[in-house]
Amino acid sequence: MSSRVPLTYGKKVLELFRNPKNLGRMEDANAEALAGSLACGDMIAIYLKINELTEKIVDAKFESYGCAANIAAASILTEMIKGKNLQDAWKISWRDVSNELGGLPPVKYHCGVLAVGSLRRAIRAYYANRSKPDWLPEEFTQEEKHALEEEKLMETLAKRAQRTAL
Amino acid sequence: MTYSDLSKPIDELIKSHGLPEREVYLDHENSGLIIPEALRAIDDAYRLSGKGHPSITHLMGWISYQALYEATVNIALAINCSPEEIVYTHSGTEANNLAIMGSSELSSKRKKIIVSSIEHLSVIFPAERLEKHGFKVIKVPVDGEGFVNLDFLSEHVDKETLIVSVAAVNHEIGTIQDIKAIRDIVRDKDEGILIHTDACDALGRIPLDMKKLDVDLASFSSHKVYGPKGAGALYVREGIKLEPIVHGQLSTQKLWPGIENIPSIIGFSKAVEIMHRNFKENVLKMTGLRERLINGILNSIDHTLLNGPFGHKRAPDNVNVSFLYCEGEALTVELSTKGIYVSSGSACTSRVLEPSHVLLAIGRKYEEAHGSLLMKVSPFHTTLDVEYVLDALPGAVRRIRSLSPIKPPRKVI
Ligand SMILES: Cc1ncc(COP(=O)(O)O)c(C=O)c1O
Repeated sequence: MSSRVPLTYGKKVLELFRNPKNLGRMEDANAEALAGSLACGDMIAIYLKINELTEKIVDAKFESYGCAANIAAASILTEMIKGKNLQDAWKISWRDVSNELGGLPPVKYHCGVLAVGSLRRAIRAYYANRSKPDWLPEEFTQEEKHALEEEKLMETLAKRAQRTAL
Repeated sequence: MTYSDLSKPIDELIKSHGLPEREVYLDHENSGLIIPEALRAIDDAYRLSGKGHPSITHLMGWISYQALYEATVNIALAINCSPEEIVYTHSGTEANNLAIMGSSELSSKRKKIIVSSIEHLSVIFPAERLEKHGFKVIKVPVDGEGFVNLDFLSEHVDKETLIVSVAAVNHEIGTIQDIKAIRDIVRDKDEGILIHTDACDALGRIPLDMKKLDVDLASFSSHKVYGPKGAGALYVREGIKLEPIVHGQLSTQKLWPGIENIPSIIGFSKAVEIMHRNFKENVLKMTGLRERLINGILNSIDHTLLNGPFGHKRAPDNVNVSFLYCEGEALTVELSTKGIYVSSGSACTSRVLEPSHVLLAIGRKYEEAHGSLLMKVSPFHTTLDVEYVLDALPGAVRRIRSLSPIKPPRKVI
């Protein structure tokens, strides 16, 4: 069991929590994805507008259900990928997100992981009915697996809790 | 914990947060203010009577011993027991540990520990620890408002039961249990079973009289009655023999070696005295503030659920509401920027958000637990404080909800 200390994220997290950049749904997105769930206590939606010719991300938005770090991670990620081509956006890891936020506390690493997981899901969704580029791996990456595991784990736990209560 | 990880960002974080113009502290569940008279008593104690060691034979020792004794008499008067029945610890957590662990060696035949499923972790964890030493822990389920299932209790108490532990007032959802009914069920089965009640959140909120309550053990925590941190107590009824759980040179108490925190105990005693003296008006005041806060929230914000009972079976200070479609930790930070300090029912301790075991036990779903806020009013709050919170909350909830990909459905009228 871990001890409890207050979460001390960098001030960048607090800034983005108060004034998130790129917040909101995007009606004309050509790729989007959702990761996490209400039961997990964190969920991130990423919306992308991609130029089909250049494969550059021309606009990115997010929505988030989660703690301040979760909101900031999704927001900063959308900032990081705007103007990037999809291959470079794919390469961004959860550590890059954490570093950009001034270092997430360990219990909040998963916020960065979930943000990246949902971005990669969106990129995969974009290629779902297009020819896949070489750089896109068949296998799920660590961040994508994490999102999947978290969703599954919570499903099981939530069911168990419902069974034992009352 | 590594402090080096924290020291830099925490400074920046505090600066970036800034000091809100108006502050309302409602996180008395975790800890809170100290009554000024108690603070003064502590200050005096450090300069005068708290200087010496209360078990030493010289003037300073005698003065310390006298101060400790007077503080104890005061507490004993408030809860109607004798001073010899009070054992000081340094927190409520330690008092609960002493009750559970300290009773474990009493009998070789009694290997069953019964607790409610919504006990404080300082009861549940020591009980679970004893499972490693051959004990069986039974957690009594509660209903949707947190009341212990008495039939289940009755079915499970037997000659093998060592101790039954149920808090008089639940710390999270404010449920006031019928401890006398629980006591009777247990004693009717077997008079040798110990009855413990965690009274940390009951003191100052409901009438507490050890003679009338007639339990064997009861835990108290100083900072939960607006006293200082660093003091707790276990009432151990005369004739009950526990084993100490920490070991070393004894001071004045057989069950808790090491020096008593005399200044904190003196502050604790002062706080108990004042809460006891003003009991009726405090309860009246807290109840009024609680009702205004609960009704204000439920009436002005959609998709909210009160956790715990309505009305007179709820502790006068407890407000616990789930805001659906709204993540609690984010809401806690949002309110902090407005100077309102509360706590959320879920804690981010690992990869996933861990919902409170109390909320799960009353049948709340994960997402309902994640959006819960716990607020405790005190006799020192004003109606203006509550109005400030009621003004700020709808906007805060609206903003956090607006960030989420899943929006609450429109209410059909
Ligand atoms: C019901 C209950 N029991 C025990 C404790 C633990 O007390 P302490 O904080 O003094 O360790 C608390 C504190 O919040 C409590 O509310």
